[in-house]
Amino acid sequence: MQYDVVIGLEVHAELKTNTKCFCACKNQAGSEPNTNCCPVCVGLPGALPILNKFAVEQTIRAGLALGFDINRTAIFERKNYFYPDLAKAYQISQLVKPICVHGSLRVGDKVIPIHRIHLEEDAGKLVHGADGNTLIDYNRGGVPLIELVTEALQEPHIESAEEAIAFLEKLRQIYIYAGVSDCLIEKGQMRADVNVSLKPKGSSTYGTKVEMKNIMGFKSVYRAIKYEIERQRDILDDGGVIEQETRKWDDDKGENFTLRTKENSQDYRYFPDPDLLAVEISDAEVERIKKSMPILPDELKARYMNEFGLSEYDADVLLQFKHVSDFFNECVAEYNQPKNVCNWLTTEIMARIKTETGAGPILISKQNLLWLIKNVDDKKINRLNAKEVLSKVWGTNLNSEAVAKQNNWIIDIDNGALDGIVKKVVDSNPNVVAQFKAEADPKILNYLVGQVMKEVRGKASAADVMAKIKELLG
Amino acid sequence: MLELGIVELKNLITNKKTTCEALTKAYIEEIKKSKTNAVIEVFSDAIDLAREMDKKIAAGFSGKLAGVPIIIKDNILYKGHVASAGSRFLADYVAEYSSTVTNKLLDAGAVIIGRANMDEFAMGSSTETSFYGPTLNPLDTTRVPGGSSGGSAASVAENLCAASLGTDTGGSIRQPASYCGLVGIKPTYGRISRYGIIAFASSLDQVGPLTKTVEDNALLLEVLSGYDQHDETSSHEKVDNYTAYLNKPIKGLKIGVINSVEAMVKGEQTEQAYNKFKNFLVDSGAEIVPVDINNMELVLPVYYIIAPAEATSNLARFDGVKYTRRSPRAKNIEEIFTMSRGEGFGSEVKRRIMLGNYVLSSGYFDAYYNKARALQYQLRQEFLSAFKKCDVLVTPVARGEAFKLGEKANPVDAYKEDVFTVSANITGLPAISVPFDNGKNGLPIGMQIIAPHFSEGLVYTVADYVEKHKNLKN
Repeated sequence: MQYDVVIGLEVHAELKTNTKCFCACKNQAGSEPNTNCCPVCVGLPGALPILNKFAVEQTIRAGLALGFDINRTAIFERKNYFYPDLAKAYQISQLVKPICVHGSLRVGDKVIPIHRIHLEEDAGKLVHGADGNTLIDYNRGGVPLIELVTEALQEPHIESAEEAIAFLEKLRQIYIYAGVSDCLIEKGQMRADVNVSLKPKGSSTYGTKVEMKNIMGFKSVYRAIKYEIERQRDILDDGGVIEQETRKWDDDKGENFTLRTKENSQDYRYFPDPDLLAVEISDAEVERIKKSMPILPDELKARYMNEFGLSEYDADVLLQFKHVSDFFNECVAEYNQPKNVCNWLTTEIMARIKTETGAGPILISKQNLLWLIKNVDDKKINRLNAKEVLSKVWGTNLNSEAVAKQNNWIIDIDNGALDGIVKKVVDSNPNVVAQFKAEADPKILNYLVGQVMKEVRGKASAADVMAKIKELLG
Repeated sequence: MLELGIVELKNLITNKKTTCEALTKAYIEEIKKSKTNAVIEVFSDAIDLAREMDKKIAAGFSGKLAGVPIIIKDNILYKGHVASAGSRFLADYVAEYSSTVTNKLLDAGAVIIGRANMDEFAMGSSTETSFYGPTLNPLDTTRVPGGSSGGSAASVAENLCAASLGTDTGGSIRQPASYCGLVGIKPTYGRISRYGIIAFASSLDQVGPLTKTVEDNALLLEVLSGYDQHDETSSHEKVDNYTAYLNKPIKGLKIGVINSVEAMVKGEQTEQAYNKFKNFLVDSGAEIVPVDINNMELVLPVYYIIAPAEATSNLARFDGVKYTRRSPRAKNIEEIFTMSRGEGFGSEVKRRIMLGNYVLSSGYFDAYYNKARALQYQLRQEFLSAFKKCDVLVTPVARGEAFKLGEKANPVDAYKEDVFTVSANITGLPAISVPFDNGKNGLPIGMQIIAPHFSEGLVYTVADYVEKHKNLKN
């Protein structure tokens, strides 16, 4: 049978803030265990939460970046359950009145409706020791977390693993550009729960959802969805029934297994947290945040393509990493040759920073790179030598111009002198000239260009030299 | 000397008739001799701190409580000292920080000499649910001192300290004050910070003073009140100079009596005293205004839904994982939770945890918790409308005199004890218990004065008038 696949996503992202959601402890990954802790975030008796207003602002910013309506009154609730990493045995979260409602995200040609984004606190981390003991690190406990939930009953849906990944990649890019989260997947700053259901093709009745929680990394999300679709398809094809349940994805085995069925699902007993006041959000505040919104990838992409004339491919490459497009924007602001700057960034720079999981920092200053681009454009240095300079300057505090001078790569031959050398080389290679005239293949002239470059020790533009040779040969 | 209150003791110290050290030592001697089990622990540093305070006073320090020995309820954190909330679970818990009220007491020059017995986690009306055993009423040791702040009340009534702090979630300061012949106030919700108070029901809990006189009470409330950046629910409302409200007439004051309370008090031990009280007020030139409060009979169900719901969640952090006593039998995390909690909590606490979980659980939430919250809102509106017709409301504090130990072993009988007091917690209004009469067993009976939010000054005016004139007119 043919099926429609319906995929729902719940995406958690740790907010970028100086301090935690409900106390003044640092929101900082990588600290010594239990050093960013206080009575509030380890849940000592009598300790009370105080809302970090900036976390609310960041949540609003995330919402605005995705076209959400911002509730003017939001409420924090307690989600009650026992787990050793949850210091208070309840998580402060939002159920009835989240901060953001009704947004969307464009993925390819589809605009996927999003139900809500709410603000909540993260739990601590269990550290399982080799001796069989488990220790708890509460540094992450109380870190502000936003949870986004896609619309379950509103079309269009995410319908494939590919679309799910495209959604997540795009969402990640938007969060990073909006400055709300660093979304470092390997540090668990962005995590996804996935639910999958199948229904007979064209049916208006939804199938039973199966949820998979806390899958680490987009590649695993992709594999988990593929697996689950197949699992459900097999059951349905055999005339079976899908059980409503939560399954755990085992990335090593490449399969999932039952974690909790509907019967033993948790009752979180949500109720409004009496320690926290309702959050009142004014129109003025929403306006202020709107005005402070950084430019987002879709808008930048349009600018790159329409104003700068870049190809979609180039625009996408630049936008893939925010620090690359930031660097690009800064360079273009100073030197208005976007295509030339783009070429350098998408080739030379990208090759140097790209890593397996992302991209490292750009280890050359804007000034040093622009000097190279400008001087290549002005034919003051030949492109190959310029690349050499880039390699020497990269990761050091050397200066591009100084390195070029030191190596005697600045083109200082005047036009007349160059004309003379070109003439001399052409005159002394009659065979090559004859071959060119016979075959009319410009590639043949590359030999002559090489000879001229040799004569001037690279201190000329190859394109210039080619032009002069062609001119001379009529 | 030990029978004196704050104001008189401070005068003796200031005039060098005694010292803080001498006073503290004398109180500690009394505590050692006491058979009422009012005080769980005398703090070992009390005499040293008293000595230091004498030096400070000699050097010119003149805080509002300079040199005054005070006892705090066992659920108020005092850094470096055990705070157990009358529970086995926290019997060894040493506070890692001080509550805001503790700091305010210390800043004002008080010496905190010990911690007072209480019903476990403040759940009870007799101090019989304490892990440390019941406290006896010093006025009749066959009877209870009331609860849950029974130890706080008994310690003042028995002259083991100058004054004490209690907490009041449904009457836990006022009812023991009535039973022990003291003045006890439950201030407006938000008047005093809850930071560092082991929470019972966060939206209802307030700290308050138990004292021998109204003047002492007003003085202590001045010290304790004010906004606290560690408690979002504390109020920015300016703190009045409460002692300025004393020694005023009540002539012309409109005193509201609630029609349904008239019916409730019929046949109770306090009926006669209540009627006498109304006559006394009329004789004093006040005007009695009957008012209607609809659904007044529902205050108890509303209270016994909201309070256990919040308590369930507040007490979940006591799980045997972190600072609470861990069951030595537990072999895995599941057992750490279940066995530690099973052994750590007493039966009344378990009963309320189950009640709370029940009313919050899915399927019952709307029928219980949400309905109770709606009624709470309605009752609050009813009280606010009543205050358009009158300046203050009066009711008895309790149904009778202090009852016998073990007399209210049936939980529902015990819960009914709170019928006159819980309305002030549900509505957040300030309410005081002031001694007025004695019952047929010769034990004290207090009257309750309830005023609009943040009108503690008015409460004190009436209470002070009652204190000073009741014997002249009785």
